[in-house]
Amino acid sequence: MSDVELKNMTLNFGPQHPAAHGVLRLVLEMDGEVVERTDPHIGLLHRGTEKLIEHKTYMQAIPYFDRLDYVSPMCQEHAFVLSAEKLLQLDVPKRALYIRVLFDEITRILNHSLQIAAQGLDLGATTPFLWLFEEREKLMGFYEQVSGSRLHAAYYRVGGVHQDLPLNLIEEIEEWLAGFGKIVDDIETLLSDNRIFKQRTVDVGVVSPEQALSWGFSGPMLRGSGIAWDLRKSQPYAVYDQMDFDIPVGKNGDCYDRYLLRVEEMKQSSKIIRQVLDNMPEGDVIVQDSRLYPPKRDDMKESMEALINHFKLFTEGVRVPAGEVYTAVEAPKGEFGVFLVSDGTSKPYRCKIRAPGFPHLQGLDFMTKGHMLADLVACIATLDVVFGEIDR
Amino acid sequence: MVKIYQEEYKKRHLDIQKKLTDRFGGRSVQTLYENDELVIILSKAILLKVLSFLKDDKDFQFKQLIDICGVDYPDRLDRFEIVYHLLSISLNQRVRVKLSVNDEETVPSIVTIYDAANWYEREVWDLFGIIFTDHPDLRRILTDYGFEGHPLRKDFPLSGFIQVKYDDSEKKVVNEKVSLVQDFRKFDFESPWEGPDYNEKDKNMENK
Repeated sequence: MSDVELKNMTLNFGPQHPAAHGVLRLVLEMDGEVVERTDPHIGLLHRGTEKLIEHKTYMQAIPYFDRLDYVSPMCQEHAFVLSAEKLLQLDVPKRALYIRVLFDEITRILNHSLQIAAQGLDLGATTPFLWLFEEREKLMGFYEQVSGSRLHAAYYRVGGVHQDLPLNLIEEIEEWLAGFGKIVDDIETLLSDNRIFKQRTVDVGVVSPEQALSWGFSGPMLRGSGIAWDLRKSQPYAVYDQMDFDIPVGKNGDCYDRYLLRVEEMKQSSKIIRQVLDNMPEGDVIVQDSRLYPPKRDDMKESMEALINHFKLFTEGVRVPAGEVYTAVEAPKGEFGVFLVSDGTSKPYRCKIRAPGFPHLQGLDFMTKGHMLADLVACIATLDVVFGEIDR
Repeated sequence: MVKIYQEEYKKRHLDIQKKLTDRFGGRSVQTLYENDELVIILSKAILLKVLSFLKDDKDFQFKQLIDICGVDYPDRLDRFEIVYHLLSISLNQRVRVKLSVNDEETVPSIVTIYDAANWYEREVWDLFGIIFTDHPDLRRILTDYGFEGHPLRKDFPLSGFIQVKYDDSEKKVVNEKVSLVQDFRKFDFESPWEGPDYNEKDKNMENK
């Protein structure tokens, strides 16, 4: 028997695999059913977003950010408009800031409900998926009411947001919020103490705090390992410094901790939404500056200058002073950053997008080493990968 | 609120600036403070030294590599700029480290310092064609298998050189040269128009 040669098997996983969350191709080196090495092949959804943005004006670039991580569109628009606002040194109206916080948190709930739903589904639980998608449906309804589209909103603008909230939206969100706590509790009764779910997630994909830092993890992947770091608290943007909320932190850095953490973040987000709705100030929703803000239709009928202004705004766009800035927001998946280089024209010279999923997926190799193939699926789910942002 | 943070950051920036120039000398390391961000400009020879100093020194602890990216300035002598973004969680501080290289130069890889650098350097190689020496696995990452060229260089056209299509006669997906009926045109909309003041004008009219 001793001269039988054992060889590792190379296994191709994806790119068309239901547990791969999109177009992930993994080349796995297997020793029996144990994963020895994981080599993710990414780029199957590469669309050259950064190159395209270099050829678009600042306003035309905003929709590209919806299409990066298409599960949390508005947070990414936020990072981009923050960078342009920083170069333009704009003072954004209060109401716009509150609206942004409102929709950032709605986006966070949208994202986390998809993550929890998909993780449940990957591990064999169908019901959370159905229940949470019902909530997503309602939240995307709010998206539609402000922007006209359910996913790719393109609602934020440099200097504010596109238009004011429609009438009754605040009441509708309040109504939804009143029932949402119950839904989260229901999901918890299904998953948190579920024997099968715990067997598949506890002590699977453990990330130590040192590993999390060195591999550039952020968001729930970092907090799951016990590092209390959230940009909403540490480097507050918009009006997060006036909000009262807690940052949940994990203990063991495994998939189960990160699941609990995301559930708690949904509760904290609804707490923030409540505060925003109670304190929503009145006023403008975009900087009243004709470089950024289109003239009224009435003015355009009367005034030639207004017509020219409208034309220039939508062809040339706003000229942003030369300089370099890096701005980051706490997107649901982690730190989403935009490094913007402007040369003083109306188009970005270079716009580098720092997507949180990119370093997370890179860490898949060390997370799954020595695990079974089935645990790999749990790890992919906990990373919360969306290929729109990883491949860009 | 923003003001307080800015002043605190500014103070800390000056602190970092001083320590760096004390340690490495003002000539090899330049520091700038612009848009409330600290920028360190250095030569590639001391990149590894400065980064490990920033990472391990107890007063800095820039433990996280947030991002590596390239920027292409075709007009400059040293055409490419490599930009590293670091984050210190204990200081709550970001720093940007920049260096410039020309077409034929290589850059030392920092994978030994930050694990996260691996894919970021592959991305810069893929999109800009800058070679990182001592990188364990410098393959293309974002573009297609067998892709040629480096798409984020400014001299790479937006439409690319090759397009993919389904060939009906061969019954398979094939690559072919991009053929556009019209060249891609880049319009220059910038004009000397001084901006609108019609609101005030209208008001003046009403007054008259």
